[in-house]
Amino acid sequence: MSCMNAPTRHATPTAVSANGLRKAYGAKVVLDGVDLSIGKGEVFALLGPNGAGKTTTVKILSTLIPADAGTASVMGHDLRDEAAAVRAEIGVTGQFSAVDNLLTGEENLLLVGRLLHLPAAERRARTAELLERFDLVEAAKQTPATYSGGMTRRLDIAMTLMGRPRLIFLDEPTAGLDPRSRHSTWLLIRDMVAEGVTILLTTQYLEEADQLAGRIAVLDHGRIVAEGTPVELKRRIPGAHIRLRFADAASLDAAARALREGTRDDEELALRVPNEGGIGSLRDVLARLGDGVAVEDLSIHTPDLDDVFFALTGNSSKEQTQ
Amino acid sequence: MTTLTIAAQDSTTMIGRELKHTLRFPLMLVALILIPVVFLLLFVYILGGSIGAGLGDAARGAPYVNFLVPGILMMTVAAGSGITAINVCTDMTGGIVDRLRTMAVTRGALLTGHVGGYVLRTLVATTVVIGVALLVGFRPEASVADWFAVAGIIAAFSFALAWLSVAIGLGAKTIAGANSATLPIQFLLPFLSSAFVPADSMPAGVRWFTAHQPFTPVVESLRALLTGAPVGNTAYLALAWCAVIAVGGYLWARAGFRRGTR
Repeated sequence: MSCMNAPTRHATPTAVSANGLRKAYGAKVVLDGVDLSIGKGEVFALLGPNGAGKTTTVKILSTLIPADAGTASVMGHDLRDEAAAVRAEIGVTGQFSAVDNLLTGEENLLLVGRLLHLPAAERRARTAELLERFDLVEAAKQTPATYSGGMTRRLDIAMTLMGRPRLIFLDEPTAGLDPRSRHSTWLLIRDMVAEGVTILLTTQYLEEADQLAGRIAVLDHGRIVAEGTPVELKRRIPGAHIRLRFADAASLDAAARALREGTRDDEELALRVPNEGGIGSLRDVLARLGDGVAVEDLSIHTPDLDDVFFALTGNSSKEQTQ
Repeated sequence: MTTLTIAAQDSTTMIGRELKHTLRFPLMLVALILIPVVFLLLFVYILGGSIGAGLGDAARGAPYVNFLVPGILMMTVAAGSGITAINVCTDMTGGIVDRLRTMAVTRGALLTGHVGGYVLRTLVATTVVIGVALLVGFRPEASVADWFAVAGIIAAFSFALAWLSVAIGLGAKTIAGANSATLPIQFLLPFLSSAFVPADSMPAGVRWFTAHQPFTPVVESLRALLTGAPVGNTAYLALAWCAVIAVGGYLWARAGFRRGTR
């Protein structure tokens, strides 16, 4: 299937630009030509099911693993030739907790500060600031063994922020968290956005992408199958419709004659009428239906990201297995 | 800052992390001391009577404990390999290594941290073991210069085994696997050296192996230095073996660390 993402234009300079990234492990193709363009200050979500290639994309863009083919630049530095310069500007919170379980929360932050070569005074000040901001002051002298999942994740993200990165990769930042911790992680991410950092996050949760991201790319079987704002993606699939249900077959027949674009469902005595234009087209449908037909029930369906997701990934996986 | 000073700084940071781990989880240091001490007591008080009587010329008239302690010290150095292999494997299977790899941190700092930790732990453990040995009747005849040489050989040998253990830890898929892969270093090679009995007293095939394997010159040179016997060229042979193991271990570790980046 062809890539559906339209060329993207940005007024802002580019934070991430990737062309034709490919990666295979033996015969298993994980990335099959991924193009990405993320503007500075943008929150970009890679949405996809398990095994779609989200983590592999993050690993390549954060210099952890090399791509088999394709080029990419991150914060203006070539990924292959200037990996050290890339590393100096990024922060990565991977899928698995990257905290040191034998050090206290405070020592973890200080360790990162040392490795970033921050002067001692700044190291301590930044550690205190991050402990405060991530609500870890009371747990500062304890090791992560005593932390909840949400606390460990907060420490993890705090460690990522230690060096004030301009681009942050968050690989499934709320995976395995309870709803409350997920919500507080969202708030933390919004705070980072407010500070102007660029964020590339991956998620399996449609709601999460919808909540956080300005732009979403849907990744499936190592390809980007759709890209756009949440609104654009929802508009892209022809799912919006009005569903009319009738008391008898005669009414359904009459309605079907009046609304020829509709799809009949004779078992349910229902008619499904495409509705792209909101209230205006609803009024039009009702007007054409007229007063003579008795409608028992009317419901309006607007597609959510779930529809987008299943429509796009469901199709593509079917094509691949054929 | 030059690359070299940054590398030194990062390595120091990671050695500091290893030392913090050791202090936070002192059981590994306790085990490192306890295993050789148990062997020391076992051989001095239970098995040593008849072994000592059978030593003949090799003991040069001294009690068996004087023959034994250099072997126990060598064993103390070797016992650290399990801890380091486990620690490296733990780091590699956790997320911490990915964090370091995405930071502008000197590539090998994680590994040099483990190597530094190994050497420092070994120096502490051998010091304690020497203390216990003195309590159970060990009477060294070493000069101050000899003691420095002993410390040097122990440091060199632990540095060499540290790189080998790091490589084993990098290659291991599980933590249990990391530990068992070091068992030959911890036990087999020490027993098949002249640590407990002279090589001459072993069966022919084993004798050849014992005479030519790296642990034997290490223990022979420590023994010569501690008992005031002529060292000859065994110290050089020991250091040469240390260099070979260190370089081999380093290259293997470097390859293993790169292989982790797939």
